[in-house]
Amino acid sequence: MTLVWTALAALGVLAVLGVPLARRATGRWVVYGGSLLACLVLLWAGLAALDAPPETLVLPVGLPWTGAHLRLDALSGAFLVLIGVGGAGASLFAIGYGRHEHAPARVLPFYPAFLAGMALVVLADDAFTFLFAWELMSLASWALVMADHAPDATARAGFVYLVMATFSGLALLLAFGLLAGAQGGYVFAQMRAAHPAPWIAGLAFALALVGTGAKAGLVPLQVWLPLAHPAAPSHVSALMSGVMTKVAVYGFLRIVFDLLGAPLWWQAVLVLLLGGITAVYGVLQAVMQRDLKRLLACSTIENIGIVFVAIGLAMAFRANGIAAGAALALTAALFHCLNHTLFKSLLFQVSGAVLVATGTRDLERLGGLIHRLPVTAVAALVGCAAIAALPPLNGFASEWLIFQAVLLRPDLPQWGLKLMLPVDGALLALAAALAAACFVRAYGIVFLGRPRSEAAAAAHEVDRISRAAMLVFAALCALAGLFPGLVVDALAPVVQPFAGGRMPVQGGEDWLTLVPVDAARGTYNGLLVGVFILASAALTAAVVHRLGSRALRRAPAWDCGFPDPRPDTQYSGDSFAQPLRRVFGTLAFHAQERVDMPRPGDMRAAVIEKSARDPVWDLLYAPVGTLVARVSDAMNVLQFLTIRRYLGFVFAMLIVLLLALTVMQ
Amino acid sequence: MIPALLVQFAQMMLVLALAPLLTGVVRKVKARLQRRRGASVLQPYRDLRRLLGKDVVLAENASWLFRVAPYAIFAATWVAAALVPTFATGLIFSWTGDLIVITALLGGARFALALAGMDVGTSFGGLGASREVMIASLAEPAMLMLVFCVAIVAGSTQLSSIAAHMLTQPVGLRVSLALALVALCIVAVAENGRVPVDNPATHLELTMVHEAMVLEYSGRHLAMIELAAALKLLLFASLIGCLFFPFGLAHAGTDPAGYLLAIGLWLVKLLVLAALLGTLELSIAKMRVFRVPNFLGAAFMFGLLGVLLLFVSRGM
Repeated sequence: MTLVWTALAALGVLAVLGVPLARRATGRWVVYGGSLLACLVLLWAGLAALDAPPETLVLPVGLPWTGAHLRLDALSGAFLVLIGVGGAGASLFAIGYGRHEHAPARVLPFYPAFLAGMALVVLADDAFTFLFAWELMSLASWALVMADHAPDATARAGFVYLVMATFSGLALLLAFGLLAGAQGGYVFAQMRAAHPAPWIAGLAFALALVGTGAKAGLVPLQVWLPLAHPAAPSHVSALMSGVMTKVAVYGFLRIVFDLLGAPLWWQAVLVLLLGGITAVYGVLQAVMQRDLKRLLACSTIENIGIVFVAIGLAMAFRANGIAAGAALALTAALFHCLNHTLFKSLLFQVSGAVLVATGTRDLERLGGLIHRLPVTAVAALVGCAAIAALPPLNGFASEWLIFQAVLLRPDLPQWGLKLMLPVDGALLALAAALAAACFVRAYGIVFLGRPRSEAAAAAHEVDRISRAAMLVFAALCALAGLFPGLVVDALAPVVQPFAGGRMPVQGGEDWLTLVPVDAARGTYNGLLVGVFILASAALTAAVVHRLGSRALRRAPAWDCGFPDPRPDTQYSGDSFAQPLRRVFGTLAFHAQERVDMPRPGDMRAAVIEKSARDPVWDLLYAPVGTLVARVSDAMNVLQFLTIRRYLGFVFAMLIVLLLALTVMQ
Repeated sequence: MIPALLVQFAQMMLVLALAPLLTGVVRKVKARLQRRRGASVLQPYRDLRRLLGKDVVLAENASWLFRVAPYAIFAATWVAAALVPTFATGLIFSWTGDLIVITALLGGARFALALAGMDVGTSFGGLGASREVMIASLAEPAMLMLVFCVAIVAGSTQLSSIAAHMLTQPVGLRVSLALALVALCIVAVAENGRVPVDNPATHLELTMVHEAMVLEYSGRHLAMIELAAALKLLLFASLIGCLFFPFGLAHAGTDPAGYLLAIGLWLVKLLVLAALLGTLELSIAKMRVFRVPNFLGAAFMFGLLGVLLLFVSRGM
């Protein structure tokens, strides 16, 4: 706990120091370097807390009669590890990347505050501290989103983000209010001890789902995410996508598994439904994006969906008292959180490197960067393969565990779960396949082919520190995939109290094989798969070069005899996505294409027009927005009344409140 | 230990050695049905030897990825094929990966192939890659659904356990397994780029998928990709055999005669499937590319229906 305190205090000092130092070149080194150290300390403290007894601390600040309670237990520790890893990576990358910042004064003070806010959320042990930290996290990240305020899109992104963050905070405030009950027990220990009535618990669950879901990006509360995440500087995007969404997942786990006690099966159905829809919706959006960072933000929505499906599975098993299943699913959820932090941080760093090298994140202006940015290209390939869930990398290991959890018990008693489990399995399978398509497209258009603009053709590799950050994360993705058993074992003490059991000990298995339940049900060994692929590829290459020809010569591309030198003749990002758009988008987004082909002899250019609608925006946000506008128009008259009438309103309100109080008692 | 390693090694080498032969047999069946004499069944071997001996002609702007991809594709497919019990269950490395891993390994090979198709920056390469991922985005979930089907029936995703379960337990005729078999056949046709989804015998047709991606490849690189394609066909044929017709599979540790008998039976199964595939390819026309999603969507729905039936009633 002392370690954590030192790190948090250091982050606070750095946030203050960021203001005067922003104008100097050393400011970047001090703030980001200091944040890097603080994050490493947080990482260390989190790792130490995984299998240590919970530590608590009460500070004489906050609400007068409760004070600020802090607690570092295994669950907090696990998420502190995520914050430490993601924060350290983003800080390291930013030491190099930060030199390209237009207005460092708008970033440097808020960056450490953002990190501190996230760390404080996972440490909070009473509702007030939790909400304070939650809002600190929201506001600091909002300020960072608004850092580059010139484009119009940023202002809109900032507005939508602020509205959604307020909404999320409000929902959580109400949830904690319900949990605290009439006595006002705002300390988490009191909430754990209290047993609220079923309908109050149900309502608190729904509010917690809405409040944390809005922060995590659960459909239909995801609208702000593809706007806000890309608008921020790339290292902040990495933090927002890779870490802040996980802090929201933490909030959900803390409230549902810890404060509310055992989950109920209908809650599991709800989470499974939303998670499945979120996964497919997110990836379908991602596969059609033109903006690299927006694409990554949409893919974050997909991964949050996957995490929530795993959490829903854990709730379903827990509700039916199947400890092994709950442990498997909850471990898979936490493992996927870690994996997503790793590869999404990596990919946002790559997007930052591409942005620095070419000045654009528009897919249609990139291409051929594998020749110009060789190191970034290697790191990006690892990240894309990991997020596409290819063995032997880490994304596959966690998705494999989730699939095993889906298949574990087809005999759950409730009909809702009987139907939801296979449907979610199908949705996850679809999301995984579409994610692979999405990242083939992203990597292929950005790094392969021929450059589609002057800027892409003249790009230069980024600085050494940024490259180091990307390579470290690529290595972490590979390591977590090759040794998944170690991660699973490390997560066991986190899962134990909430699932009522743990997964089998993985450490003693031969060759570190991953065994979800028992060896007969299915096993996976990432290390051996990796070794086999590498060995057989190397062996084959050696044999072929020895027995066959080794000669190689360069010639113009063949392209069926009609190579066209113009780079426009390549497939573009849009044309690559066209078949997927046509197959899935027609149904999901009303995607339409209209080709305006001039008649023969007519000299004007042919035009293709595409349109797509967002069903969530159309069905939910647009009507609500219209309603709010209409109501405020109608209430506009209230602004121009005399003082007597205002006093009259106050009096009437008083009467109504008194009446309500009488009726209630 | 040593005999077990030997059997595993024999399996790896056998699939590699027999893969071109299976392709040759399918071609021969098609030729005979068209009343042509057709090339010898050994022709694929000769093609491979010829390709291996030729120079590689590399496009000027091809990157390292283009040169590494053929070996990666081949290795991933080979490892996947080695994990399928072809003639014996319970091989020494069978616990390395289950059916989901095999699906994902094939997905990895496709990932590499699609990227290689986009590397040179030609219009055909992008076209092939774009269509390939569109087909895969439905074929892979369909495959996973049918994997779920058999996994729930057998209570395991491990291929050896599934085959053993199907052999020893009275599984009987089940609706969900029948649905899974239909789905697997559709997925196998699509994954291998056979008619009616793609035509392996054409170049320069506007609907081509696989051939468009490998257009820039030549020499030993092309040989690797062709061999990987042959391996994939053999893998799916063996998979159908081991999941739905597992009779004759040897157990780990039987005597050599038992293994020989099992290999013989496996060859018979492969021949029957090759004949069926050749007949199918000749009896239907190739689809338009945007009809393929419907075809594969049907496989996905069959798989999902099978899984739903199993969740609702274990006996179906």
